[in-house]
Amino acid sequence: MEEREQKKKIKKPRGVARLIPGKCIACGALCQESCPKDAIEMNDQGEPIIIVENCIGCAKCVKVCPTEALEMYLTPEEQRLLDELAKQAGAKAVAEVEEVVEEEAGVAARLKEYKGVWVFVEQTDGKPATVSWELLGVGADLSKTLGVDLCTVVIGDKMEDLCQESFAYGASKAYLMDDPLFHHYRTEPYYRAICQLVDKYKPEIMLLGATGLGRDLAGAVATELKTGLTADCTGLTIDDKRYLLQTRPAFGGNIMATILTERTRPQMATVRPHVMPMPEKDTSRKGEIISESLAIKEEDIAVKVLEVIDDRKHGAEAVDVAAADVIVSGGRGMHAKENFSMLERLADELGGVVGSSRGAVEAGWMPVERQVGQTGKTVRPKIYIACGISGAIQHLVGMQDSDVIIAINRDKQAPIFEVATYGIVGDVLQVVPAITNRIKELRAQKSVSTM
Amino acid sequence: MLVITCIKQVPDTTQVKTDPVTGTLIREGVPFIVNPFDTPALEESLRLKDKYGFRVAVISMGPPNTEVSLKKALALGADEAVLLSDRAFGGADTLATSKVLAEAIGRLSQKEEVAVVICGRQSIDGDTAQVGPGIATRLGYSQLTLVDQIQNLDLSAKKVRVRRKLEGRHEIVEAPLPALITVVREINQPRYPTVPMRLMAEDAEVILWDNKVMDLAKESIGLKGSATQVRKIFSPERAKGEILGDGLNAPEDAAKLLIDNLVEKDILSLEQT
Repeated sequence: MEEREQKKKIKKPRGVARLIPGKCIACGALCQESCPKDAIEMNDQGEPIIIVENCIGCAKCVKVCPTEALEMYLTPEEQRLLDELAKQAGAKAVAEVEEVVEEEAGVAARLKEYKGVWVFVEQTDGKPATVSWELLGVGADLSKTLGVDLCTVVIGDKMEDLCQESFAYGASKAYLMDDPLFHHYRTEPYYRAICQLVDKYKPEIMLLGATGLGRDLAGAVATELKTGLTADCTGLTIDDKRYLLQTRPAFGGNIMATILTERTRPQMATVRPHVMPMPEKDTSRKGEIISESLAIKEEDIAVKVLEVIDDRKHGAEAVDVAAADVIVSGGRGMHAKENFSMLERLADELGGVVGSSRGAVEAGWMPVERQVGQTGKTVRPKIYIACGISGAIQHLVGMQDSDVIIAINRDKQAPIFEVATYGIVGDVLQVVPAITNRIKELRAQKSVSTM
Repeated sequence: MLVITCIKQVPDTTQVKTDPVTGTLIREGVPFIVNPFDTPALEESLRLKDKYGFRVAVISMGPPNTEVSLKKALALGADEAVLLSDRAFGGADTLATSKVLAEAIGRLSQKEEVAVVICGRQSIDGDTAQVGPGIATRLGYSQLTLVDQIQNLDLSAKKVRVRRKLEGRHEIVEAPLPALITVVREINQPRYPTVPMRLMAEDAEVILWDNKVMDLAKESIGLKGSATQVRKIFSPERAKGEILGDGLNAPEDAAKLLIDNLVEKDILSLEQT
């Protein structure tokens, strides 16, 4: 966006930028960076100071500010000039104070070449990661809004079945790279494969799961393509200019940010497992497989996967918290490791598993694999029971999309009650066993009555 | 041989609070810390120094006060600290950040051969885990993310063998040097600085590389070099919950209220699971 707007016939006062107190979040000097005239300096708090003499009223800082913390105002002198102009030219002309930023025609034309929504199908030993199908659910909404195809990218060794499965979950095309050298995931051949497909077929959006593999791959692809990548999106929609609006938690979940990729394609985003709902599977749906191959040989790849160790077969933590329908989580309010056994009993009664807050992991009461939250896992169970968890924002962002949230806490002011469907204020060590007993009681009554 | 660790100075996001009325962030009094994912990365570099006699360089991009974090790294035993700070670097997304860091690593590697670059898996404020892969891709280094064990470093064969921690599985991977490794927190227990080291680091020099030194095109760095733009920032909205009972109920009564409610609404089935 070059400074073309200055070439104007009549010099109309445009006002000066100013800060609206309390709205700046010290985002990292976006306003200062956008200013073409060095009219903004930053104070120690990271807030802008407008140097009025230098400000030309271009309003670039106002547009770039993510929190609408800057506004334009007219100095008394400018107001007087404007009033005078209004008398001369009529009110209509004066209303056009807002500048229309000229779209760089070249950029727009280039972006138009990119069409279609792509979802990367992640697999390990041929077994798909369910997050890929969840992405097809949200991908279907996006492709429908845009009026374009929903496609999958399938890379691996003997992957045709997976292409078919992706059609059952809503894709209409699958771009397939099938080769023994793709048997184990390795960054380089995978990212080269995707970049080759992107260069040839030009998708406008590409979604990947925010898993260990997905993040590894997405970061490499976006860097190679020099395009925008937004991690851990919780919301994906299309705006009126066909941009992908990517909403994600920022600042450890304290705030939400909506991010977009304006000048490059594809617009890339990752989404954590269990954030998007699973779409319906319909095996009658068919699609087109487009096979491509990568001009690379096994000898050319120096990275070798020597061994894959399945954690479940090695006695390690076998429970996947994120896959459970019911999660009973404990926090610092459980007071001691021994008290987690009552959570186990409740979880057993409900057919669920025990999860944990970060606090309980740091206290050494639960293994890190069970941690729910920003630095742990994102979960979306049917029932989430938070026991003695106050509800730090980092925990909330990991479980707030659960269908039903039950919170038990002594402190009525605890933030966990703000996301809970049902809350019980009380001593968790007494309430939890009481809940377990009540379920047992009702079940016993039921089995008696049906006998 | 040089080992490089990239660190980031971040606000302690676990201590950030939002104003309940306006929904804005309260930043006053929030301390700046070394990103907790980066301290195990530095520790791993220092262990390579202890074992192989490598030199350890620490680099960080950020505002001038990032010097504090770099001095902490020197106090722990890093040999050299470089601060990448310039107005032109500001407002960078992960793409523009990896550009500056990769260029700085490239500069360091001209003077001394780089064995590995070790980074934390992600930062606690950005949480993207994208800068590590960005650096590896830009430099053409082997990319090894989520490492929980560096098993072997073979300098004659120029290879490194690591264990990666993924969902439900671990992988043993061998890759040629130089490699970029991102580590998970479980990899080690970081050391604490000794008092003499801390005192020494007070006076130690942090090298400043601004864009006069780096000489990078404006279009590739900072806000202009960023592919993503922040359109809007807002407070998360959450539906208020319903408190059952008055908080003074006996545990049995509260449990009854809850469970009977769940059963009635078909949320909980009484079928045995």
